[in-house]
Amino acid sequence: MGSTNSTLSKIPNVEELMQETGFTPAHIVRLYDRFEALDKEKTGHLRPQDFGAINRLAMNPIGDRIIGAFFSPGQETVDFHSFVRILAHFRPADKKRPKDPSMPEPVNSRTSKLKFAFQLYDQDKDGKISRAELLQVLRSMLEMQVTEEQLESIADRTIQEADLDKDDAISFEEFRKSLEKVNIDHKMSIRFLR
Amino acid sequence: MNHTPGFKILSQSSEMLTLFGSHFLYVSRTLSLVSLCSPTVVELNHSLTSVIPESALLIIIGWILGGIIYGADKMQTFTLTPTVFFFYLLPQVILDAGYFMPNKLFFSNMGAILVYAVIGTCWNAATVGLGLWGCWLGGAMGDIDIGLLQFLLFGSLIAAVDPVAVIAVFEEVHVNEVLFIMVFGESLLNDGVTVVLFNVFDAFVSLGGAEIDAVEIIKGIISFFVVAFGGSLVGIIFALLISLLTRCTKNIQIIEPGFIFILGYLSYLTAEMLSLSAILSIVFCGICCQKYINANMDERSVTTVRYVMKVLANGSETIIFVFLGISAIDPAVWVWNTGFILLTLLFIFVFRFIGVFLLTWILNKYRLVPLEFIDQVVMSYGGLRGAVAYGLVAMLDENKFKEKNLMVSTTLIVVYFTVMLQGITMKPLVTWLKVKRAAVTELTLAEKIQNRTFDHMLVAIEDISGQIGHNYMRDKWHNFEERWLCWFLMKPSARKSRDYIFNIFHQLNLKDAMSYVKEGERRGSLAFVRNETKADVDFNKKFRASFSEIMPDIMADNMGPDHVPLSSILQDIVPSVCLDMHEQDLTMRESEDFNAHHLLQQHLYRGRKQHRHRYSRSHLETNRDENEVQEIFQRTMRSRLESFKSAKMGVAPAKKIQTKHQKKDKPQKMPNGNSSDKSKNHPYGDKGTCSLLFTSLLGHQPPVVCIIIQSHSKAISRICLILENRLD
Repeated sequence: MGSTNSTLSKIPNVEELMQETGFTPAHIVRLYDRFEALDKEKTGHLRPQDFGAINRLAMNPIGDRIIGAFFSPGQETVDFHSFVRILAHFRPADKKRPKDPSMPEPVNSRTSKLKFAFQLYDQDKDGKISRAELLQVLRSMLEMQVTEEQLESIADRTIQEADLDKDDAISFEEFRKSLEKVNIDHKMSIRFLR
Repeated sequence: MNHTPGFKILSQSSEMLTLFGSHFLYVSRTLSLVSLCSPTVVELNHSLTSVIPESALLIIIGWILGGIIYGADKMQTFTLTPTVFFFYLLPQVILDAGYFMPNKLFFSNMGAILVYAVIGTCWNAATVGLGLWGCWLGGAMGDIDIGLLQFLLFGSLIAAVDPVAVIAVFEEVHVNEVLFIMVFGESLLNDGVTVVLFNVFDAFVSLGGAEIDAVEIIKGIISFFVVAFGGSLVGIIFALLISLLTRCTKNIQIIEPGFIFILGYLSYLTAEMLSLSAILSIVFCGICCQKYINANMDERSVTTVRYVMKVLANGSETIIFVFLGISAIDPAVWVWNTGFILLTLLFIFVFRFIGVFLLTWILNKYRLVPLEFIDQVVMSYGGLRGAVAYGLVAMLDENKFKEKNLMVSTTLIVVYFTVMLQGITMKPLVTWLKVKRAAVTELTLAEKIQNRTFDHMLVAIEDISGQIGHNYMRDKWHNFEERWLCWFLMKPSARKSRDYIFNIFHQLNLKDAMSYVKEGERRGSLAFVRNETKADVDFNKKFRASFSEIMPDIMADNMGPDHVPLSSILQDIVPSVCLDMHEQDLTMRESEDFNAHHLLQQHLYRGRKQHRHRYSRSHLETNRDENEVQEIFQRTMRSRLESFKSAKMGVAPAKKIQTKHQKKDKPQKMPNGNSSDKSKNHPYGDKGTCSLLFTSLLGHQPPVVCIIIQSHSKAISRICLILENRLD
C-alpha cells in the first residue's frame, strides 16, 4: 500500500503524535487514509457532514453524540491530529508500561477512557451528570415504547445507586466508582488494524 | 425470448424426474417413516432438546425404528445407501447452507477457513492413516487384511468435518460468529480435499502398491486443484445463470422459486457428472447468487424460497440422522475390532486438537484479530464427523477392501461418538469455559446502561475509523461489483432501491401511509387527514406535540394521503401509557428496582450484532433488528432536523441563509459548513444539519440539496417533492 514513509512525511508533527498517542507508523498511515477517505472535499479538515456521510452512524443511538465528541467546544472542524487523539482513547491499554508518576496520563489509560465516556453524558461540561442529561441519554438508548414516567424512574434509580454525596447528580468520581468492577479496557478498546 | 431458457431447464429437469421416479417408491416409504419421527421430535420438550441436540435424539429414534424393522423383516431393508444420500439428501442441506451463508463474514475469514479446510484435512487424513498403520504394524489390531493405502483411504474419509453434524450441534450452542463461521466454513470447503483424497487413494488401491510413483502423486495433487476450482467455477456459473434468469422473470414471477431449486440441484449434478467437487459447486452457487436473487425477485418469491429451503433442509437432515440410526441395526455389517475402533477414536480426537492448535498458532501471526485459546478448544472439539463419512465408506468396493465391514462399523461408532457425546457435552463445555473467566454478579443499573453505551460507542468508533471493511481489496471488489455485476445481474428497479438508507426511508413512508389510512378508517373517513389544523393534534404521540408547533409550514403543503411529508417520518404509533406501574413504584422499592431492571433488559437497544448466532436450521431471522434500526434512524433524523429547525427559528431565517450564500465566493454546489455558527447547543449548526440530513438520506447527491437550501421557506416541502420523485 505505497511506502509508509512517504505518507508519514505528509503529516506534520508525526513523531509527536505517535509519541503522544502510542500508535505505530502503520496505524497512523491507516488512519490517515481513512481521514482522507472521509474528507471528500480535501480540505484537510473534517466537518460534521463528513461524519454524517457514514451511513451506519445514523443507525447508532448515540452516533450523534460520538460525532460531537470529536469537535472541541466552539470548533467547527477536526484536523487529523485531533482525529487521531480521540481515536487513541480506544487503543488497548499497554500492559507493560511502567507506572511513572511524573509522566502525564496516557491517552488510553483507564481514567482517560472513563473521562471520555463521562463527557458523552455531560454535554454542558459542568463536571456532573445531571438528571436531565441522564434522561437524555436514556431516552436515546431505549425503545420508543418506554414511557416518560418509566424513563424518569430508571433515571432516578440510577442516580440513587451511584450518587454518594446526595447532590442529585453524578460527578466523575462517583461515575468512576460505580464502574470499578467493569473491565473498562476490554469494553472500551478496539483493535486497530495494521 | 424469455421462454427458451425455461424450456431448456424444463427438459433437463424432466430427465431428472424420470430418474427420480424410479426411486420414488423407495423414497416415499422412507418419507412416510420419517414423517412419523419429525412431529415427535418437534413436540419434544424444549428443555430436553437444549440438553441433548436434536441429532442425537434422531439417531436414537433411528435405532428404535431399526430395531422394529429388523424384528419384522429379520434383515435390514432400510439402509442409507450412498446414492440416496449423495443425490437426494445431501444437496438440499448444502444449498441451504450456501444460500443463508453470511457472505461478508465468510469471505473476510476465507483465508483462515481455507487453511483449516485444506491443510487441516490433509493433516488429519495423513496422521490418522499413518497412525493406524503404525499401530497395525505394531500388532495392536490383530490380524486383518489391510494395507497402508487402505489405511490412508480410511483416514481421508474419516478426517473430514461434516457440515450437517456441525449445523445440528452448533445450533443449540450459541458461539460467537467468527468461531462458528470457521468451523462451518471448514466443514463445507473440505469436501474438495476429501473427494480428491478419496478418489486418489481409491485409484491407488486399485492399481496396487507397486505402480505408484512420483507421476501418480503429482497427478493426484493436480487433480486436487482441478476438482476444487472446477467445482467452484461450476457453482459460480450456475449462480450467474440463476441471477440472470431472475432478472428476466418479471412477468412470470410464480415460477421463480422453482428455478432456484432446479438450477441449484443442476449445479450439483453437473459437477458430479464432470467428476468435480459437487458440494463446492452447490455451496458457491448458493453463496454467489443470494444477493442478486433476493434483490431481483418479488418479495413473495423470496419468502417462498427461504421457507422451502428450510423445510427441505430440515427434512433431509432429519432423514439423514434417522437413517444413520437405522443403519446400525444390521448385524451383517458389524465387525468388532477393539484396537482399530479405539485407536481411530483416539487418533481423530487427538490429532484434531494438535492440528487446530498448530494451524492457529501459524495463522495468528498473520491474522488481524487473533483466535483465542478458548475458541481453539471449541473449534477442535467441534470437529464432528457425520453422514458424509458414512456415505463415503459405504461406497467402498468390497472386493478391493476386504475389511469394508470393519471400516463401516468404525465409521458408525465414530459418528455416534462425535454427534452424540460431543454434541451433548458441547454446550456445558462452552458455558464452563466462559464462566471460568467472567465474574458472576448482578449488575447495577448504572453498569447495565453503561455496558450498552460502551457497545454502541465501540460500534460508532469502529465505523468512524473504518476498521472493519476498510480494506483495499474489498474496496476494489466492491467498486467492481457495483459497476459491472449489479448492472448485469440485477433488475433496474432493484438496483435503484438498493441504497440501504433509501430503503428504510421508503419503508418508513409506507408505514406512515398505513397509519394514516388506519387512523382515517377509525374516524370514518380519510377526510380528516386533509384538515391540517387537526392533523398534528389527533396523532397523540410522545415527543411530537412539541414538533407540531415548530413545523407549521410542513403541514401547510400537505396535499392528501398519497403525499407523505417529511414530518411523517417523525410520527409513529406509541401505545398508550400504562400508569399503573408508576403507582406501584411509589409504594414498593423492590418492585421499582425490579421493574427498572426489567425495563432495561427489554428495551435497551442492542448493539450491532457481535456475538449472535447467525445461522440456524429452524429460525428465520425475524425483523426485530430492523424495527430497532428504523426507530434509531427516525430518532437521529428527527433530532438532526430538530436542531436544524430550532437553529433556523432561533435566528432570523431569511437573512441568515442569504448571507451565507453571499459569503460563498467559490462556486461550490454544496453548502459549506465554513460559516461561523453560533450554535453551541447543537453539534452541527443548522446548515450542517440540513446537509447532513440530506447527504445521509440521498447518499451523495449534493446538487439536489443545494437547489433546496436556496429557498428556505418552502424548503422542507420541496425536499419532500424531490424525494417523492426519487421514490418512484
